[in-house]
Amino acid sequence: MDLGGINPAILIASLMVASVPIILAALGELVVEKAGVLNLGVEGMMIMGAICGFATAVITGSPYLGFLGGALGAACLSLVFAVLTQVLLANQVATGLALTLFGLGLSSLIGQGYVGIKPPLTGTVPLGPLADIPFFGPVLFDHDWMVYLSIAACAAVWAVLKYTRLGLILRAVGESHDAAHALGYKVVRIRILAILFGGALAGLGGAYISLIRVPQWTDGITAGAGWIALAIVVFASWKPWRVLLGAYLFGGITVLQLNLQAAGARIPVEYLSMSPYLITILVLVIMSSGKGKAALNAPAALGQNFHASR
Amino acid sequence: MKRRTILKGGAALGLASMMGGKMALAQGLEKVKAGFVYVGPIGDGGWTFQHHQGALAVQEAFGDKVEIVWQENVPEGADAERVLTQMALSGCNIIFTTSFGFMDATNAVAAKFPDIKFEHATGYKRDHANVSTYNARFYEGRAIQGHIAGKMTKTNKIGYIASFPIPEVIMGINSYYLHAKKVNPAVELSIVWAFTWFDPAKEADSAKALIDQGVDVIASHTDSTAPLAEAAKTNGAVIGFGQASDMADYKPSPRVSSIIDNWAPYYVKRVGELLDGTYAQVDSWAGIPEGEVEIGEITDAVPADVKAEAEAMRDAIAARTYHPFTGPINKQDGTPWLAEGVTAPDGDLLGMNFYVEGITGEIPS
Repeated sequence: MDLGGINPAILIASLMVASVPIILAALGELVVEKAGVLNLGVEGMMIMGAICGFATAVITGSPYLGFLGGALGAACLSLVFAVLTQVLLANQVATGLALTLFGLGLSSLIGQGYVGIKPPLTGTVPLGPLADIPFFGPVLFDHDWMVYLSIAACAAVWAVLKYTRLGLILRAVGESHDAAHALGYKVVRIRILAILFGGALAGLGGAYISLIRVPQWTDGITAGAGWIALAIVVFASWKPWRVLLGAYLFGGITVLQLNLQAAGARIPVEYLSMSPYLITILVLVIMSSGKGKAALNAPAALGQNFHASR
Repeated sequence: MKRRTILKGGAALGLASMMGGKMALAQGLEKVKAGFVYVGPIGDGGWTFQHHQGALAVQEAFGDKVEIVWQENVPEGADAERVLTQMALSGCNIIFTTSFGFMDATNAVAAKFPDIKFEHATGYKRDHANVSTYNARFYEGRAIQGHIAGKMTKTNKIGYIASFPIPEVIMGINSYYLHAKKVNPAVELSIVWAFTWFDPAKEADSAKALIDQGVDVIASHTDSTAPLAEAAKTNGAVIGFGQASDMADYKPSPRVSSIIDNWAPYYVKRVGELLDGTYAQVDSWAGIPEGEVEIGEITDAVPADVKAEAEAMRDAIAARTYHPFTGPINKQDGTPWLAEGVTAPDGDLLGMNFYVEGITGEIPS
């Protein structure tokens, strides 16, 4: 089965890989925003995850510890954001932007000694004969474990937000921190934990780039993936499965246009290159213009600081 | 003292100091502050890294007489103008802008600071007397890569990861293809336009898309080592080349050779001229003969005879006995471009906006 010289199985398999960093970072940000906090520092946390994960993997020789290190490194950076915005009540937008700049600089500093080193490789999950099934084999059963983790994380975030008490509390804090506070929930503590979770997931996404997708360290390796993750959260109207859909759509178009070019399809490249961004903007415009519930789906207390003064 | 006299006196003083400034320039400057504007991070391991090596060489060569400053990750476009203005105001005597996309910003800022020298890499606009341009003949290195690619490919499919459709990139594609075709008439070239100079994930995706299509030799015209990292995943089935920098970490395979941009001689020369007062506006375009383009070691992954041929070509270019664009060459649509034995004039190359015959696809506009 070939579409314009492209094998769809390989295409789908590559778009799943290409989308993992965005899915993870966007899921983390979704939880943070559901708790009512707008952290624009995703790019900074991702790149911290990329270098911390890379460094840990190189030092320990284990890619698994590398991912752990990446998650921890990014969570530490997000703690800076948490302290500034939740304890010291700094402006979230400004702090988030500063966090990105800080993360880019710090990662470059840490990464000085890691340029040109190759990290330990992460293999695919051995699923035996399943990987040999035509079409479904390469699409579903021939990936590294992070691909499966990204989908599992999506399901977990969805289930927790929808069905558990924890999810309810988190959403309550994000919709009306005063009401949640009146009910006796520790708004600031819950928000800090959400920020740390968001940081850890962004870090995993970053580590995926430096350990699997482009197994190397280069300054600025995330190259804007964090901003796309932020847009995807809005695109998904704060729904986990739509994050997955949005990220696959974005990753899919990006990979598709590169594959079409490589296959020599006669298509105007410049339009295809823009198309992922154009479609994102288009969907955002459509969603925010309708009387739609989508726009209303934004957590009501998003971006507002809370202080228990009343 | 009347106000008018004061003004006159002030004007005279100003004139005198201007004259003084002119005199000083004619004799050279005591101390030069050189600014470098980079499009990516120094740690990219490629393009920007090499420019920074050049900047460090300037510092090395002149010691205390030179102060270097630089700014990384400067976006092409309006933001560059701000960075350039800031550098100019901070007392730089000469500013090197090291990406094609800084062209308009460089000329705009140069108009405001006529006493400061501006040097723009890979561009063609010299709107003001204080703007010089410099470039390297990368296509000479591409010819050697094309030769190796044509000889080494087993699938007869070779690939090129292109950045932006500008003459410099198109020149590289044509040179690469012509020389691969010369030694392997069955060769097909796939081109992927990444529309970025630096985005490791996208560069790796581009390489992966090419590999998925059966390409087994990849040349890249972007700034990072990501395409080589992607090729390395194939355990030697796919080879590639170091771009801009040697990228020796990927030796002996997938990196089988490289084009090294050696900007140091040019930077040292220009800053030296500013110091000794012989500085003049130039349009510099040096290549392998001058040592501005170097061919990195061809590794043992390449058979000895191919290696010898490639090195012979390099030496012929260095001796100026061979020009990579020597006719007969037709344009993509079949119209003749160069007649038998004619070499391409520089003007044709600098404005190159067409593929040569045999390349499929269109250049994005």
